[in-house]
Amino acid sequence: MEILNTIFVAPFIEIASYPTFFFEVLIGGLLTGVMYSLVALGFVLIFKASGVFNFAQGAMVLFAALAFASFLEWGISVWIALPMTLVVMIAVAYLIEKLVLGRLVNQEPIILFMATIGIAYFLDGFGQTIFGAEIKSINIGIPDGTWEIGGMLIPEFDIVAAFVAGLLVIVLAIFFQKTRVGRALRAVADDHQAALSVGIPLTTIWTIVWSVAGIVGLVAGIMWGGKLGVQFSLSLIALKALPVLMIGGFTSVPGAIIGGLIVGAGEKVGEVFWGPAIGGAIEDWFAYVVALIFLLFRPQGLFGEKIIERV
Amino acid sequence: MARKAFGDVILKAENISLSFGGVKALQNISFEVREHTISAIIGPNGAGKSSMLNCIQGFYHPQEGTITYRGKVRRAQKSHEAARNGVARTFQNIALFKGMSTLDNIMTGRNTKMKSNFILDALYFGPSLKQELEHREKVEQIIDFLEINHIRKTPVGRLPYGLQKRVELGRALAAEPDLLLLDEPMAGMNIEEKEDMCRFILDVNEEFGTTMVLIEHDMGVVMDISDHVVVLDYGKKLAEGEPDVVRNDKDVIEAYLGVSHD
Amino acid sequence: MLYREAGQFKTSYQKDQQIFPITQDRVFVAIILALAFGVVPMVGNDYWLGTIFIPFLVLAMAAIGLNILTGYAGQLSLGTGGFMACGAFSAYKLTTAFPDMNIIIVLIACGAITALVGILFGIPSLRIKGFYLAVATLASQFFLVWLFNKVPWFTNYSASGVINAPPREVFGVLVTGAEAHPEAKYLFVLSLVAVLALAAKNMTRSSLGRNWMAIRDMDIAAEIIGIKALQTKLSAFAISSFYCGIAGALWAFVYVGSVEPLAYDINRSFQVLFMIIIGGLGSILGSFLGAAFIVLLPILIKNAPAFLGLSMASDMVSHIEAMVFGILIIFFLIVEPHGLARLWTIAKEKLRLWPFPY
Repeated sequence: MEILNTIFVAPFIEIASYPTFFFEVLIGGLLTGVMYSLVALGFVLIFKASGVFNFAQGAMVLFAALAFASFLEWGISVWIALPMTLVVMIAVAYLIEKLVLGRLVNQEPIILFMATIGIAYFLDGFGQTIFGAEIKSINIGIPDGTWEIGGMLIPEFDIVAAFVAGLLVIVLAIFFQKTRVGRALRAVADDHQAALSVGIPLTTIWTIVWSVAGIVGLVAGIMWGGKLGVQFSLSLIALKALPVLMIGGFTSVPGAIIGGLIVGAGEKVGEVFWGPAIGGAIEDWFAYVVALIFLLFRPQGLFGEKIIERV
Repeated sequence: MARKAFGDVILKAENISLSFGGVKALQNISFEVREHTISAIIGPNGAGKSSMLNCIQGFYHPQEGTITYRGKVRRAQKSHEAARNGVARTFQNIALFKGMSTLDNIMTGRNTKMKSNFILDALYFGPSLKQELEHREKVEQIIDFLEINHIRKTPVGRLPYGLQKRVELGRALAAEPDLLLLDEPMAGMNIEEKEDMCRFILDVNEEFGTTMVLIEHDMGVVMDISDHVVVLDYGKKLAEGEPDVVRNDKDVIEAYLGVSHD
Repeated sequence: MLYREAGQFKTSYQKDQQIFPITQDRVFVAIILALAFGVVPMVGNDYWLGTIFIPFLVLAMAAIGLNILTGYAGQLSLGTGGFMACGAFSAYKLTTAFPDMNIIIVLIACGAITALVGILFGIPSLRIKGFYLAVATLASQFFLVWLFNKVPWFTNYSASGVINAPPREVFGVLVTGAEAHPEAKYLFVLSLVAVLALAAKNMTRSSLGRNWMAIRDMDIAAEIIGIKALQTKLSAFAISSFYCGIAGALWAFVYVGSVEPLAYDINRSFQVLFMIIIGGLGSILGSFLGAAFIVLLPILIKNAPAFLGLSMASDMVSHIEAMVFGILIIFFLIVEPHGLARLWTIAKEKLRLWPFPY
């Protein structure tokens, strides 16, 4: 009876009693969710364009953040460090395409997936070898204070992050829908062979896609790095992007956003109102279990393509 | 062209209609198949032939109409239950288990007759081995019959297309079906391979009395080996009857045959 | 010349189906077993036995478990660590609750418990496939580890959080706990692994194994020919978890000496996955080769700088390790996606022809 009360009754009473607090937590969660979406976006891009489930997205985020933070540390100004990191990420994308994916073109998706796990491990080790493993900070002038809205305290940083993420999504959406390259990317995502047969250069396209994913990773890295400091646990955050994708669907940009919001909000609210009763640190597994339950009812996620199997 | 005496009606399709979303794959199809016969379903691409086969087998469930098999009306059932009805099939785009050898693939065809108990299997010696050898006997007979002894241990992924189709036939035969559905069994084969396949189909029908329904595009084959032909076009039935009758049917000629093959 | 089947005719199906149909193979395996059981305990020192062979054997068992699930049945799982933890903690609870229970019974029981947990977390596999399933298994991984960390019942309400594996004997010889001799521990683990590996091999060459592989290769076609997907997938989860559970218990009881949740985190899951990728998916031999590779590699990396006369900080070693792992995974996937086991088969093929080139 105790348990039933703790899970089904008490938290709701608490929520009802402190509505402002609840909204504060909720908004905090939503903003974190936006940041998850940023990471998930990188996945979606790559999956859409090449069908590769890029497990290394998290490592790319970390690597980008490490590079950027190190450049700042070495005294390079932000305005130069940014393009420098971009170049680094594009180089990484190019190398990944050339050395790994290009050689695995005809393999089953599972092999590609495991290859990206290998890439993730490599980037982790490599990044820390070159840039060092101490926690770095990224300070690019994003305001650090809190705003007060309607009695709630909202960190300014989170608002800026959400804004940047929103901007990025809009830019990407325009890119995909309106430009030639975007169209080519969508063609490749649909059918590699067909795209090849109309003359779309696969290698170039994939390099572009991975570069874009790298850029998204950089933005995500800067945002997360600025919030938490650049450290190894960033790649664990990326692991968190996976439930986001499961809920939103692997092939959907809006899905990544909405999935991120659901996960972020769910986690925070769950942790604050349900956590203390069950021992805390629910955030470790909450997103995954929610995603799992979600998948049972809708295996392709909210917006993913329905998997039709024919014989 | 009768081989064994024609038996009773083993399969009856009545008013079958099947749609996928907005696409009407089959519209009001009815026909009968008699036991021990070889029937062919023919028609242009997209006519609904594979869908019809899937309905007969129980994999697709038509929105309207009934399939009566051996006098019992088919209820909607799980995919793996359909296999226990005595209906086996081969597939248009080969559905073999690429990671396993020929022998193992055909052995999987015996799965409905084998009991799998993991503890006995782990021990191997004893009941598990006995069962394995028993079924291996049967499978080896099929391998002999289909003349694929030389590739029994080869992973099927490495076999040429024609041999893969033969292995798939073997897997279907391993289930000792009463009704065998063959989806374009001779697609992509050259003359010799087709002749071999025809020989196998006729032999199976003669020796075991297996009723066969095949989808086939080669008119020569259809006319030669089938007892009974059903013609489909755009999901509707155009004609049904003995090959000669169908071949001279005006509608069929117009829609499909054009000039008769020789 | 030496390695040929010429003259070795199989006169019965049973002989044809043996695990090692070629006489030379049988001799080879007999030699390996003789060395493993007879020579190594005599000759090996504590370091080799305790820090190399024992973890190798235990992880090989976990690799066999994961190979059954992912390599044979095609269900990608990142939850190995969680299942190992399940085995370790249930073994701990059993040995503390029933102090008189024989350790072998305990191990079988903890394997059975883990198998049930495996079935539970395997149910989603009926609707979820491929990468989605991999991510779903992360749910089991994170949840189980959290559960064992947070719920004090599992650690018997220990205040310090350190739970030592109690000493247990087999045939009067101590095999677990801090007092046991490395030779005893080694032989104990070796025997268990040998028996369970044989059982696994038997299962994979039976109709159960064929059903697993059929589901892996084409699950829809498999169902159409009558294979029950539900039962087959759940049996793979169950048996795989059984092996992983026992491996987890052995890791705690025989190798480390205590049950630490950290040993079963997501990195462990990746480690075992790497073992079966590098060793060979769908191969029992591959599980051993992969485990050996992954266990020996860090030692090589750690000692290489000293060998070459350089010195390296210890955290640098783990970074290099990560890099080398990553490169090796990619290398294997490009060059030989079927792993070391396939390379071994190719070598044997070449050996058949030796000394002729073709």
